[in-house]
Amino acid sequence: MSERFHDITLTVNGEDVRERVDARKTLVDFLREDLSLTGSHVGCEHGVCGACTVRVDGVVVRGCLMLAVQCDGARVETIEGVSDQGEIADLQTAFETRNALQCGYCTPGMLLTAQELLARGGVPSRDEIRAHISGNYCRCTGYQAIVDAVEAVAQSRAGGRR
Amino acid sequence: MKITDDAPPVLSALDRPNSYIGRSVPRPNLARLTQGRAQYVSDVTLPRMAHVAFVRSPYAHARITAIDTAAARKAPGVIAVVTGAELGKVITPWVGVLTHLKGIKSAPQHAIAVDRACWQGEAVCAVVARTRAEAEDGCELVEVSYQELPAVTDAETALDPGTPIIHPELGDNLTFERKHEAGDPDKGFAEADAVVETIFVFGRHTGVTNEPRAIVADWNPGEARLTVYQGTQAPHMMQNLFAKHLGLEEHQVRVITKDVGGSFGIKVHTYADEMAAVALSKLLKRPVKFVADRIESFVTDIHARDHRVKAKIGVKNDGTITAFEIDDLTGIGPYSVYPRTSGIEANQIVNLVGGPYTCPDYRARARVVFQNKNVMCQYRAVGHPIATAVTEGLVELAAARIGCDPLEIRRRNLIPDDGYPCSAPSGIKFEQLSHHEALAHLDAMMNYAGLRAEQQRLRAQGIHRGIGFAAFIEVTNPSAAFYGVGGAKISAQDGVTMKLDAQGALICQTGVTEQGQGAEAVIAQVAATAFGVPIERVRVITGDTDNTPYGGGTWASRAAGIGGEAAWQAGKALRANVLACAASILQAKPENLDIRNGAVVDGTTGTERLPLHELARIAYFRPDTLPPGFQAELMATRHYVPRAWPFAFTNGIQASYLEVDINTGFVTLLKHWCVEDCGTIINPQLVDEQIRGGVVQGLGGALFEHCLYDERGQMLNGNMADYLVPMAAEMPDIEIGHVVSPTADSELGAKGAGEAGTAGAPGAVMNAVNDALRPLGAQPITAMPLTPEVILRALGRV
Repeated sequence: MSERFHDITLTVNGEDVRERVDARKTLVDFLREDLSLTGSHVGCEHGVCGACTVRVDGVVVRGCLMLAVQCDGARVETIEGVSDQGEIADLQTAFETRNALQCGYCTPGMLLTAQELLARGGVPSRDEIRAHISGNYCRCTGYQAIVDAVEAVAQSRAGGRR
Repeated sequence: MKITDDAPPVLSALDRPNSYIGRSVPRPNLARLTQGRAQYVSDVTLPRMAHVAFVRSPYAHARITAIDTAAARKAPGVIAVVTGAELGKVITPWVGVLTHLKGIKSAPQHAIAVDRACWQGEAVCAVVARTRAEAEDGCELVEVSYQELPAVTDAETALDPGTPIIHPELGDNLTFERKHEAGDPDKGFAEADAVVETIFVFGRHTGVTNEPRAIVADWNPGEARLTVYQGTQAPHMMQNLFAKHLGLEEHQVRVITKDVGGSFGIKVHTYADEMAAVALSKLLKRPVKFVADRIESFVTDIHARDHRVKAKIGVKNDGTITAFEIDDLTGIGPYSVYPRTSGIEANQIVNLVGGPYTCPDYRARARVVFQNKNVMCQYRAVGHPIATAVTEGLVELAAARIGCDPLEIRRRNLIPDDGYPCSAPSGIKFEQLSHHEALAHLDAMMNYAGLRAEQQRLRAQGIHRGIGFAAFIEVTNPSAAFYGVGGAKISAQDGVTMKLDAQGALICQTGVTEQGQGAEAVIAQVAATAFGVPIERVRVITGDTDNTPYGGGTWASRAAGIGGEAAWQAGKALRANVLACAASILQAKPENLDIRNGAVVDGTTGTERLPLHELARIAYFRPDTLPPGFQAELMATRHYVPRAWPFAFTNGIQASYLEVDINTGFVTLLKHWCVEDCGTIINPQLVDEQIRGGVVQGLGGALFEHCLYDERGQMLNGNMADYLVPMAAEMPDIEIGHVVSPTADSELGAKGAGEAGTAGAPGAVMNAVNDALRPLGAQPITAMPLTPEVILRALGRV
């Protein structure tokens, strides 16, 4: 256990990955530096801003608070994979048409976090949407457009009515 | 003037077929950002690229007596360990002064500190390694010996005779002072029925861009060229500065700016660590990358707003304001930031206080002092949040004193809408503003009377709500009066080059830049409209000094008003060129033809005569079939700079409705309104979202954000857990309204909209909190951020 470097095997966006990683390397650094998956961003590196949000075994986590070595055997999904699979195509379109992003740096994390809420089904209230994304920092939009976009997708997925 | 709100404006003289002016066209390139396919500078990697990390001073002020780099040099992966003295061989220091700020002074600042560190966080040694982690490991092994020096931290005492002088060669700690007097303020105060005097305090805060500052510098000795990938708002300005301080010609330097993860004025300055990264690339002859981590960002990204303003207003019982007086003091760190200086924010405050009102009697003093804290400089809405909160705070305190409604006192004093053009007592010039129409619109939009009734009703139930206002003016579309006249190589003009490609699409290259505001969309909308193609046929290229017209970039709310007008003029010029070509092909007269929907058409009937792709095919591949002597010119460049007015001032008014929990001091923001007049609205959705985002940045400064320092100059909360930023749960919905007073300085008539939200929000919130607490006998609150502690103290509960 005192070894500094570890071999890990995992799937990332459905692809098998085997890598040797430094024990201290965070998941988001591993994704960005070793796998060139730069859609996950580094904002604060202490778990506050949510720019590094990814999914591990279906659960939304902070890529800066998890080590790559902890992902041995895990199923990791990033914005690139979720996007290519078409899972959040409606949400992405809603963000684009509502201008729910400006610089876009928070957007991958914001989308994955919003999708976590939307996947529960139903139409959350605006306050519930705000509370759910309140761990994802956006400096540009003031959040209202994001809430609008998430609300619109929730309504649309629920059949266009509350 | 007309109110537009969410409906597209009535067709104007600017409308043509394919008109996108005034339409909420989605921004191009957003899918790249939503799919995780953006390329921020932090994503850039180059062959042989090394990473730099910095050893930073733990002291606010210390002499560097020795730097032992031996152990670090032997650390795994370390390529070089470089001190300030060593780096000084490839890069010269700089001094942040401008000649039009009379008397401003500063000391030479080095890329890496030489002999002395002047703030906690200043870089004192660089470690370059194969990876960032190895560079940080190397930093741990650098042994720096310091002799701690007395730190000057309190701006209030910075000028006292007993206070050490940070830069002895300057003679004192005064960076800049401006005094201004207009009319007869003493007479004004003497004629007042009431004089209200107070002290406003504004906490230091900072930009907290989600992507920290990032740079990749690539010096290639083989071609004697430096390519810099940088998250900056002003690529041409940086090209000039890199060349100047590295001893290169500007043509040897290329600055490339791809996606930028937030800027807000943070990324428009010269940062020592970024200059060091560039110099290290030159020294090591290979690419060097620097990305600030969050902790570094807090102690090195410019801070802003640290002002103490003693302020006074005179008012008659009929509500007439008789005089304004302010005395501003701000501490800006140990250096005036290069090249825009750290004197601008205080200068703006002197310019802007009292600006919405007719009162001619005004006295102001602003002093800018050095201190041993991180540097301060221009951040979104530069000076406006302070000037607005001071002015509007005074106005509402005066209204309360004489028992006048806060909207009514404004109606009695705001410059009449038919009173333009005119000048403010500070000398700033207004072409056409719309304060009264904006106020009337806000009054109706928020149902002010209804809210007052609700407030009264709830107060009886022990619920304490407040309504606060802030009328404001905003500097946009700056001419050369802002920086150029002071000697800075910062372009006031901007350009657009437009070309028809071989398939009839439109390629636009522009000097304005994109950091999320929507500049690309605005350029595309204007280009498509002026030329006559569907917007899907327009591609916009920004952020590359090799491939765009020389320009200033995006700051001071200039991209739409200045870049947009350049696009308008370029579109018209290219249209004329293409019609000349079409006329020669069709043996028609150009004036009888038009370009609509991507085809040359008969100007009268609209019948298609020649698709643009066919015109391009002939012009590019069969020019032999054109009449002898005719040369098609399918590329045109136009530049634009405001000339008639130094700045295109905008105006507006905001309102905040909030609830104060008098037991905990917590503030709940219930709703926020802003009515704004930015002239011609090119894209209503983008304008509204600029205002909303700006308002929330203003709310952050009003309620949460504060760079806390101790008396030794140590920043106490330099991380995102302790430095609070606005998150979604605390923010209100924001309703936006518009009045439209185009500027006649350009054909488009567009003014800027990027900073209006930030300008007005803090004052509106402060006034709303005081409105909520006034019946409880609380002391008026004039210090930001308005934390629960501040509120409980005002209530006398702690």
